[in-house]
Amino acid sequence: MQTVLQQLVNGLSLGSIYALLALGYTMVYGIIKLINFAHGDIYMLGAFWGYYVIHQWHFSFWPALLSAMVFCALAGVIIEYLAYRPLRNSPRIAALITAIGVSFLLENGMSYLFSSNVRSFPQVMDVKSYNLFGIKVSNIQVLILVVSIVLMILLQLIIRRTKMGKAMRAVSVDPDAAQLIGINIDRTISFTFALGSALAGAAGVMIGLYYNSIDPLMGMTPGIKAFVAAVLGGIGLIPGAALGGFVIGILETATQALGFSAFKDAVVYVVLIIILLVRPAGILGKNIKEKV
Amino acid sequence: MKGKKFFAMLGAVAATGLLLAGCSGSGSAAGGGNKQSGNTIKIGGNFELSGSAAAYGQAMQRGTKLAIKQINKDGGVKVGNKKLKLELVQKDNKSDNSQVASVASNLTTQSKVVATVGPITSGADLAALPNQTKAKVPFITPGGTQDALTVQKNGKVQPYIFRSCFEDSYQGKALAKYVYNNMKLKKVAILADKSTDYGQGLTKAFKKEFKGQVVQTEYYQAGDKDFQALLTKMKGKNFDAIFVPGYYSEAGLIVKQARQMGITQPILGADGFADPKLVKIAGKENATNIYYTTHFDAKANNNAKAAAYMALYKKTYHEQAGTFDALAYDATYMIKQAIEDQKSADSTKIATGLANLKNFKGVTGTITMDKKHNPQKQVIISKVEEGKEVSATAVK
Repeated sequence: MQTVLQQLVNGLSLGSIYALLALGYTMVYGIIKLINFAHGDIYMLGAFWGYYVIHQWHFSFWPALLSAMVFCALAGVIIEYLAYRPLRNSPRIAALITAIGVSFLLENGMSYLFSSNVRSFPQVMDVKSYNLFGIKVSNIQVLILVVSIVLMILLQLIIRRTKMGKAMRAVSVDPDAAQLIGINIDRTISFTFALGSALAGAAGVMIGLYYNSIDPLMGMTPGIKAFVAAVLGGIGLIPGAALGGFVIGILETATQALGFSAFKDAVVYVVLIIILLVRPAGILGKNIKEKV
Repeated sequence: MKGKKFFAMLGAVAATGLLLAGCSGSGSAAGGGNKQSGNTIKIGGNFELSGSAAAYGQAMQRGTKLAIKQINKDGGVKVGNKKLKLELVQKDNKSDNSQVASVASNLTTQSKVVATVGPITSGADLAALPNQTKAKVPFITPGGTQDALTVQKNGKVQPYIFRSCFEDSYQGKALAKYVYNNMKLKKVAILADKSTDYGQGLTKAFKKEFKGQVVQTEYYQAGDKDFQALLTKMKGKNFDAIFVPGYYSEAGLIVKQARQMGITQPILGADGFADPKLVKIAGKENATNIYYTTHFDAKANNNAKAAAYMALYKKTYHEQAGTFDALAYDATYMIKQAIEDQKSADSTKIATGLANLKNFKGVTGTITMDKKHNPQKQVIISKVEEGKEVSATAVK
């Protein structure tokens, strides 16, 4: 029983990272129907920024986290402006391929500039383990979970309660109509990228601290897993992304706990295929009939 | 990424194969290979001087250069009744497998070297192999530990590749013996890198040789960062040590997460652990009670030869000698030995000489080449406590 609960804790802390990343995927998809494959690499940029400011400027954890969010938000906006905006009216496949290109550019550009070596992340926070009824939880695991949930709630508030959030929802439903009633589409989309990328940046710094190892290709696998999480929960839906992230995290942990460690990734993708066959819109997705 | 690199390499090998097929028939005289001519013996250097494996490649370059300098200082290589100097022709293969193949071709056909040192990684060795074999010029890799490297598909030995390092299964077996006989541990759990030949080869060899019980085998993939689930599962089992056949980037994380979880048993590894980054990633306080096999170590290689080498290296480069420069140094001296044994510096003769190498006294141990061109020599077991290497023992 203790082991099961311990595994659940492991699954939740892994899942919260996937969830944070999945939110960025889902927001961008929800608004401009683009799967931003470079999202995982923005997470990597966040981790490197954290590494840099802690190392060079001796930031403590919170300033590093916040500055990484700002930095990644800027990076996201710039990428959108340079790579995706010129292609907004092109076929969707062109934008998708560009996204893959941006992803490669970031990965290999960072490898070129900073070498592909694995670096150890400066430990700005001492690891403390708490024993709760025989279950070991570290302060960083709690931190990741809490920060993730707080950020998700904040995001939900921004989207539901602010004017910008309303604009985002409007653009998501019908960009042309939104423009007609005076919403600045460019600004709304930039804002969406900024929000999503800021979340990825936060995830990057927290993961750097948690695992103590960062490298330019660190965004690849988590990026794809987070994409699966977004699809699983229902792409375009924010609660869906959070749910999908936690489901994938727990699923991976469970697979390993049951002794199928060699099939850990395979199980995740099999679940994706099953979901796409049975509920193409995802767990929380609704089937929307298209008018002809 | 691994897969992509592999295909790129296959492509490179296939392409060079085609090229060579196109120009076969031209050149080489009867018997093939490059003949030694003039007053020097040309040795090639296929080095990773830039790119992802540059750290290893530069160490290899330093070791080779130092050996050649020393040999020439001592008068050169005795061929029959003449003494000839060695000349190094080195090229940067940029850690890129298609470059590796073209450097191999360039060195053997243009520069007419009679033997080559490098490249250093197993993948690069596979890329260099077709061109070296075609030109009948032997090469020694100081770091290609993959078992299958020196064997053809039909089970016969590859005639022109040799190594100065031991292969993966050799160190897996040595570790298994050491754990059972010296550390007296009977129950081992394995957490293996399933995505590399390295991890798989080590696991297989260890399991085959270990006389105790392997209580559990779990797998991870290169690039994984979270091992909590696996370690939580293993923690419940009864074992005396964990064996982690993999590289330092994941092993460091495994050590960190295992220690933080309260797993205190010894953690065992192979030469993939031999990098200071292991301790950096794991954290000093966690990197304790760790044992790993390695090729060369200042604490264990304490014979006169090794001591002289370390002093010479320090004097020349103002740094401590490391594993791969020592292995490259040995590789160069192995070529010298082969030339003197065969009384000829023709490339095919050197290959014969290397294949028959017996009781060669090197810096990394006494080397005898086996039938599959793998050196039989000592394996060194290093022990790490609190992030520092505290002892190293040589085992046969």
